[in-house]
Amino acid sequence: MGGRPVIETALSGLGYGFSVAFGPPFLLGFIPYNLTWCFVGVLVGNMVGVLPGMGPLATISILLPLTFGMKAVPAILMLAGILYGGQYGGAICSVLLNLPCHPPHAVTCLDGFPMTKQGRGGVALGVTVIASFIGASWGITEMIFLSPLLVKAALQFGPAEVCTLMLLGLLAGSTLARGSPLKGVAMTLLGLFLGSIGTDLETGSERFTFGLTELDDGIELIALALGVFGIAEFMNSVNQVAPINMRYTNVRLRDLRPSWDDLKRAFFPMWRGTICGSLCSLIPGTGPTIASFVAYAAEKKVSKTPEKFGTGMLEGVVCPEAATHSSIQGDFIPTMSLGIPGDAVMALLLGALMIQGIVPGPQLISQHPDIFWGLVASFWIGNVILVVLNVPLIGIWCKMLAIPYRFLYPSALFFVCIGVYAANNDFFQVGEVVAIGAFGYVLLRLGFHPAPILLGFVLGPRFEENFRRAMLIARGDIGVFVERPISAFFVAMCVILIGTQLYVRLRSAKSKRGAPPGEAAPIAPQMAPQRIPVTPAE
Amino acid sequence: MRSPTSLLRDFASRRDFYAGGLMVLLGLGITLKGATYHLGTLMHMGPGFFPTSLGVLLVLIGIAIAGVAKSTSEDGSEEDQSLLPENPQWWAWFCILMGPVLFIALGSYFGMIPGTFACVFISALGDRTATWKGTLILSTVVTVFGVILFSYFLQVPMPILTWGGGL
Repeated sequence: MGGRPVIETALSGLGYGFSVAFGPPFLLGFIPYNLTWCFVGVLVGNMVGVLPGMGPLATISILLPLTFGMKAVPAILMLAGILYGGQYGGAICSVLLNLPCHPPHAVTCLDGFPMTKQGRGGVALGVTVIASFIGASWGITEMIFLSPLLVKAALQFGPAEVCTLMLLGLLAGSTLARGSPLKGVAMTLLGLFLGSIGTDLETGSERFTFGLTELDDGIELIALALGVFGIAEFMNSVNQVAPINMRYTNVRLRDLRPSWDDLKRAFFPMWRGTICGSLCSLIPGTGPTIASFVAYAAEKKVSKTPEKFGTGMLEGVVCPEAATHSSIQGDFIPTMSLGIPGDAVMALLLGALMIQGIVPGPQLISQHPDIFWGLVASFWIGNVILVVLNVPLIGIWCKMLAIPYRFLYPSALFFVCIGVYAANNDFFQVGEVVAIGAFGYVLLRLGFHPAPILLGFVLGPRFEENFRRAMLIARGDIGVFVERPISAFFVAMCVILIGTQLYVRLRSAKSKRGAPPGEAAPIAPQMAPQRIPVTPAE
Repeated sequence: MRSPTSLLRDFASRRDFYAGGLMVLLGLGITLKGATYHLGTLMHMGPGFFPTSLGVLLVLIGIAIAGVAKSTSEDGSEEDQSLLPENPQWWAWFCILMGPVLFIALGSYFGMIPGTFACVFISALGDRTATWKGTLILSTVVTVFGVILFSYFLQVPMPILTWGGGL
């Protein structure tokens, strides 16, 4: 397989993708239907990204029921648009308000807000938009070229390989995410268990339904997502949202234009951040949050004036933002080509596809090329829309911040109720949401981060199915997972992952008792969840 | 050297102790219930095999979480160790949970309008700064827009207003 055919398939695929995105004419005979929904998603995501206390996870889950009546392509275009649109909005929040409402942008505050205080917040945002676009474009390019290659490899996989790959994804997703790795694993196990509730696929017997026929089809994905990211988050944030300092939010359009000097200064950090983000996205389980932190740390290392970081360095804003965007687009690669999501947002998007009746996995690109290539094309269009829109809309979004939380959460709660009801036209699922929400809040209070639950829940049934099949083929010999080379590789990665976690833990425990952590201290403590004034939903 | 009882009390005041304990309980429940299904063999797994093994793993992880609770929080202070937040919002939590409950109750007997109104109204009361007037206005606005959006545009088959219908 040479280089040419890869490029050719990529280009023809991309062309096809644009034809899908500019798909069936809709209003007035020329406004493309699919693109309209992409636009809606991007706009809503951008708006919600600015609002503290509403993360992309909550927004996507709340709007998920709206997509039931749609076809798969516009649905996924819109939901994905919310995700990356929200990232553009999150930067505004961090830079102008010093509110890290979305974890990936927490690190942007460090230098973004000082710039705002110096009156250069507009410039920071202007350059950030450019950096985000470059980061995203790189991620998309990566997706175009890497996905078909991954699919080619994945088509060789038997159940044993699929099984160990999922195990790797689940382990990485739970241990590398925020908070204690042990608790992350516990949440993943809980998610896997929740996924096994309902009728057993192979034998048809009911599991953990306690005689409730409504549970035969298992717990509803939306009920779970809205319970833990909706109701539990509302309970966490109610009466806790601090009043927002609106002092610096008056940004005029011409403030945003960076000078030639700023652009020159930001050029290399932009690319370093982009590369950093795309490398992070290749490791399963490391989402944009880790990418942005790593990028910031790396940029500080590279810089000639590391001591100035934290006082309003443009590099410290640009680099993590580029990393965030390139990592988010890169996260779509394993999700779309292998059917294995790296984090909870991807799991949710995959769940949305499954609700549409689409089976995720390596066959997705060949069976539903419209979804894959349409998505890729919509990323580019969506990012262009965001660059154009974000700049003039910053002022309007800042005004949205004046909407008090006491109006926001009751309205959102209604959307939760009606959305879950509309999934099956059944009130039982609304009851599920209440129960899961209350339980989810208990988990939050006990220091669990609920995101891995969703990962386990979405992957659970497929994991069990492949595990059973692998065991059947191997005649019950558990050694099959290390005998087959590819599978053994994944198992080795899992072992390395656990080993590193243990090593970092032991070392940090030692350094706490002994000498103060020096320059060479691992980045891990920095990545620990920060005390964020408004709890993010991620 | 502290006495064993104070050590135990100290241990039990840690949040992670309860976190681990909850996981152990959940894991035990899953294991016991899962074991009542047919387990099968590794080659021919029954429906109970997978959940039961998950339950066992969860118990082990729970023990580990509770076990390291002591050692990780020795330096204390910086991590939030209390079970309840600084100022517990019992009333707000109650309101938020009652919102969907009322939505179910009123929605299934009287239709979408009463269900929506009650859901927004009661949950909005949970905010400390809520006023009767503001809450009334908010619930009315959300109800009107909600019914237009979901009933007319999205065709959610829920009666707008009925009497004892639905069930």
